Amino acid sequence: MNETAQEQGGFYTEDMTISVGPQHPSTHGVLRFVVKTDGEVISEAIPDVGYLHRSIEKIGEKVTYHGYVPYTDRADYLAAMFANQAFCMAAERLAGTEVTRRGEFCRVIACELNRIASHLISVGTFGQDIGAMTPFVHALRERETINNLMEEICGARLTYNYIRIGGVGYDILPETCTKITDFVDHFEPIVSEFNRLLSGNKIFIERLAGVAVVSKEDALSYNLVGPNLRGSGIKWDIRRDIPYSVYPELDFDVPIGTAHVGALGDSFDRYWVRIREMQESVNILRQCLKMMPKGPAISKVPRKFRPPVGECYARVEAPRGDMGFYVVSDGSEYPYRVRIRTGSYTAMSIIDKLSKGIMLADLIALIGSLDVDAPEIDR
Amino acid sequence: MDSKEIYASLEKLFPAKVSDFKGDVMEPYLTVDSAAIVEICRFLRNSPGYRFEVLSDLTALDWPKEEKIQIVYHLFSYSQNHQIVLKVDLPRDNPKIATLEEVWKVANWFEREVYDLFGVIFEGHSDLRRIMLPEDWVGHPLRKDYVEQEEYDGISTQRAPLVEKLLR
Amino acid sequence: MKPLINSLPETVFTTKVDDLLNWGRASSQWYMLFGLACCAIELMQTGGPRADLDRFGAVPRATPRQSDLMIVAGTLTYKMAKRTKLLYDQMPDPKYVISMGSCSNCGGLFQLAYSVCKGVDKIVPVDVYVPGCPPRPEALTEGLLRIQDKMMNERWLVRAPRPSGEAAEARG
Repeated sequence: MNETAQEQGGFYTEDMTISVGPQHPSTHGVLRFVVKTDGEVISEAIPDVGYLHRSIEKIGEKVTYHGYVPYTDRADYLAAMFANQAFCMAAERLAGTEVTRRGEFCRVIACELNRIASHLISVGTFGQDIGAMTPFVHALRERETINNLMEEICGARLTYNYIRIGGVGYDILPETCTKITDFVDHFEPIVSEFNRLLSGNKIFIERLAGVAVVSKEDALSYNLVGPNLRGSGIKWDIRRDIPYSVYPELDFDVPIGTAHVGALGDSFDRYWVRIREMQESVNILRQCLKMMPKGPAISKVPRKFRPPVGECYARVEAPRGDMGFYVVSDGSEYPYRVRIRTGSYTAMSIIDKLSKGIMLADLIALIGSLDVDAPEIDR
Repeated sequence: MDSKEIYASLEKLFPAKVSDFKGDVMEPYLTVDSAAIVEICRFLRNSPGYRFEVLSDLTALDWPKEEKIQIVYHLFSYSQNHQIVLKVDLPRDNPKIATLEEVWKVANWFEREVYDLFGVIFEGHSDLRRIMLPEDWVGHPLRKDYVEQEEYDGISTQRAPLVEKLLR
Repeated sequence: MKPLINSLPETVFTTKVDDLLNWGRASSQWYMLFGLACCAIELMQTGGPRADLDRFGAVPRATPRQSDLMIVAGTLTYKMAKRTKLLYDQMPDPKYVISMGSCSNCGGLFQLAYSVCKGVDKIVPVDVYVPGCPPRPEALTEGLLRIQDKMMNERWLVRAPRPSGEAAEARG
């Protein structure tokens, strides 16, 4: 009945279709994969998304510009500051509003703290998916300190609504700056703790090296962004190449995949880029805290924010890649159209191609290394 | 290259297929004929000097007053660090356009989303079906004249406000 | 031989056995990981080192067959609603549901959305509602303690108290 029965010494196998998700113990959110497999080797894994489609784009047409900022938080709740910043940048460019200098520095500090928090979750849950339960708890412990700092800055632990049109919602007080400096001093050796637990671990390396290699042509054709793109060797970072805010004055490095274990563009490279980005964020935070000027944290913006007719595309370098907000205005207080373009959506589109011929456990490693999360995909 | 230069050279190479350059706005864009979009995009991706390796975004805008749906393409080039915006106008009651899947593979998922939320048919697409909403959903929500249905699958879509319940 | 549930008179022995059974169940509520959206991250943090749910005996289980508490954390969309009912039906009795966060209480800030189910209590019966967006770990712990109180008031061996009012008169 089946040719493989002959090859495998008379062992009868049959293709089956299993559904992985939408409820599953991994933390990337509600995703579903329809997996056609023959035991352990996958022949095709088709992603099925839309279980968290909250119609954030349509809501943009029903609320005002100021009132839309909390909705952008939920477009990617692990990187809420970046979504806030992208939308506010688009609205400011449309209206020609200037942001105060202290406001820009507050924005960068909040964003880099958020980047560290997001990469901690990404690295921790990646370890948990592979099977290492301990680094996840360590990551949560560090993230609690960051949540406390965020609560001091803006009052919320997860969905911040901090970056507003024209600046930031609340000023960062000097006591908070001292606490951020203490956190940064405490966090630097923690990254080497992660390296000892995970990156140098023989089992971790063997699970990831050479798994799901993404070539440069594929990374461009499928429009991967962020650490996924840099893991394949392409040095592109919005903060360096299309600079915004105060990033031109800061000195930082852009890590790319180096293939020091396995092939260039495999799962370990993407993970390693994230670890190095956490170290660079610590660097950026130190510089910002030294360079912060005095002054108002937000500029005067009218209550009824009415930008002129036009459209604008603003990009920021979020932890999952470049997040772009395309805002079309028709002159009224409500946007005509808000379009959110995220990095995880295009990363899902490559899973179908990469999953042909790998094993089921490698599929989990692939999804974790691409760092997709459901709110970015479904919005 | 500047968007004005790109438009000038495209107008020379593809006469009558590229029209209406808007250069004085924040994001300059060209309007392209819907029959020529695949040819122009392939040219923009491959030829040296342009090298648009990446389709950054593919989305749509609904203009019911002008009876059209506009598909917006944002192209970007990493090697030359420039970008261009192309727009295609389609009639609102029968929006059909060729797919860009052979040029950039990411267009597969972008076009599925535009089909799901706007109802635009992409001819030649390998797998055009709904992506965000359930398969049996009726209507295309991001159109301006979309009316929310009363209930889905037996679940009512409204919720009585709490104050009314307390006063009753 | 008739079953033992709700059949014995209320004596010192039977109420103490009831208390023992309830205490055993309340001190080891195994919750199913049903994190859908932002509240899922706060659920993970509540299970994390600072506000530890494990000290109440609550451990996360991935499968509904081994859990008796479902914490619906996050926004419920119509596409997910059918699967939620399926998962709830797969849980063994006695089971409880905590609705965590505004989105699962009533739709939250997504009341304007076309694809969001305005509250998980349209699909499954809810025991405790925890407000917040997202609720703090302390708030979720309070919700868990309320479920514990609810569990401690249940009767298993003892005959259930006679209902009063129109229902009793109709029954005669």
